[in-house]
Amino acid sequence: MSETFAKPVPHPTPDTQPFWDGLARGQYLLQRCKECGKLRHYPRPVCDGCWSMAHEWVPAGGRGTVHSWTVCHHPFHMGFKAQSPYILLTVDLAEGVRAQGQLRGLPAEALRLGLEVAIGFEQEGEGPVLPVFHPVPA
Amino acid sequence: MSLFERAAITGIGETAHGRGLQQGSALSLQLQASLAAIADAGLSPRDIDGIIPMATGAAVAEDFITNFGIPDLRFSATTPMGGASCVAAIQAAAAAVATGICRHVLLPIGRTGYSGTRIGARVHEMPQFRTIGEFELPLGNVAPAQIYAPMARRHMELYGTTSRQLAEIAVTTRRHAILNGNAAMTKPLTIEDHQNSRMIADPFRLFDCSLESDGGAAVVVSSAEAARDLRQPRVLVMGAAEGHPDSPSVITQRPDILRIGLAKAAPRAFAMAGVKPSDIQVAEIYDCFTYVVLRQLEELGFCKPGEGGAFVEGGALGIGGRLPVNTHGGLLSQAHLAGMNHIVELVRQLRGQAGAAQVEGATLGLVTGYGDMGDGSIAIMRRA
Ligand SMILES: [Zn+2]
Repeated sequence: MSETFAKPVPHPTPDTQPFWDGLARGQYLLQRCKECGKLRHYPRPVCDGCWSMAHEWVPAGGRGTVHSWTVCHHPFHMGFKAQSPYILLTVDLAEGVRAQGQLRGLPAEALRLGLEVAIGFEQEGEGPVLPVFHPVPA
Repeated sequence: MSLFERAAITGIGETAHGRGLQQGSALSLQLQASLAAIADAGLSPRDIDGIIPMATGAAVAEDFITNFGIPDLRFSATTPMGGASCVAAIQAAAAAVATGICRHVLLPIGRTGYSGTRIGARVHEMPQFRTIGEFELPLGNVAPAQIYAPMARRHMELYGTTSRQLAEIAVTTRRHAILNGNAAMTKPLTIEDHQNSRMIADPFRLFDCSLESDGGAAVVVSSAEAARDLRQPRVLVMGAAEGHPDSPSVITQRPDILRIGLAKAAPRAFAMAGVKPSDIQVAEIYDCFTYVVLRQLEELGFCKPGEGGAFVEGGALGIGGRLPVNTHGGLLSQAHLAGMNHIVELVRQLRGQAGAAQVEGATLGLVTGYGDMGDGSIAIMRRA
């Protein structure tokens, strides 16, 4: 990776590479079992419902609600020092799995369980495209 | 066959605990603590015929064979569950002695968490953190404080749990560390000190987080029969269990992010022991974060889910309180030895050897472990 990008980067495997390729195209991809149709996330080789390894990748709709959050004040990795404090959201996607991402455009004081948010995509420097969350206009 | 009272903790040992004591490598610290535990039991190092080193620790079974001249090690294993490892090792050791594989199993740990590599800086090198390492670390979810904070936040939002209630746990634990005397933290702590401490990962403030320290601790688990001939009062293992949460590698995808492995392990251990939560006189509860204590108290059945905040108020966890907890100062204030120090303290309490921190007349207690993303372990013990 580039010396100018100071944050930790993912190390995808053949099992997970399509998820990262999806983000690069502005899609948040979920795995769907080709045998029984169960969605799973994060990406992994086997469906825990029917144990089939056959799967396809489907884009999430991009809407969800706040499940929980933390405001990260202490930068445990120096790559995040400049943007601290930052808010990490845990989001219930409409599809029934969860996603994590930093929150944009809202202070922590405005957060509550169930608040509606929309997924977005950001790329910093030569780093990977990452999911973020934005408030949904009322 | 049940493991009920088939094993006993026969020896306990620990080094001085502190930060930057320059007292040796992580290997030498656990050898030192092990020699103390073996001597406490009245055994020779050559009597050890089983060993369960920490899976991610600085020593392997071979180090003990070499340093102690163990002639015939019959059993070695690891229980790789992070902070749940030490207590989970009690179940594994009990199974080994109950089936006659061996007689005396050593459980050692030594760490230089303060002088050496910090836990928070290297968790992503462990295979059980691989999923978080790929999908959440790049987003800024770096350290255990950040990984666990959303559980605490959701508990607060759902049940009204407050930061002052978490502070109660930190303050009581500090008081116990001072009573213990062998502790990294020696200064009294107030709820205001906690409330004024800097925010690490909301809702966790500095004093919600366990410390990093240098030291070693060890215990010897023997067959209940072999324990009869040894030096100390027998402390019998009445029940032991481990439990793994659903979605064990990543909290974000857990069906209920508040549910932890202990929810599965605790009912098994209580059933094996034949006792109820109300019978417990002292509890050493894994305390990597204050919230983790609160949540385990709920899953152990001391109060209902959501009522942990009210349960810990008013010094309830103090010596003389409703349920004395972490009477040695725990990971929050004594030492971060992944909970081996919690086992040492429970045995000390049940033997009546806890000095100024002794819970009057305590003969029945429990110890828990909590590790990685919420693996749980528990052992219930009594003095014979
Ligand atoms: Zn399936």
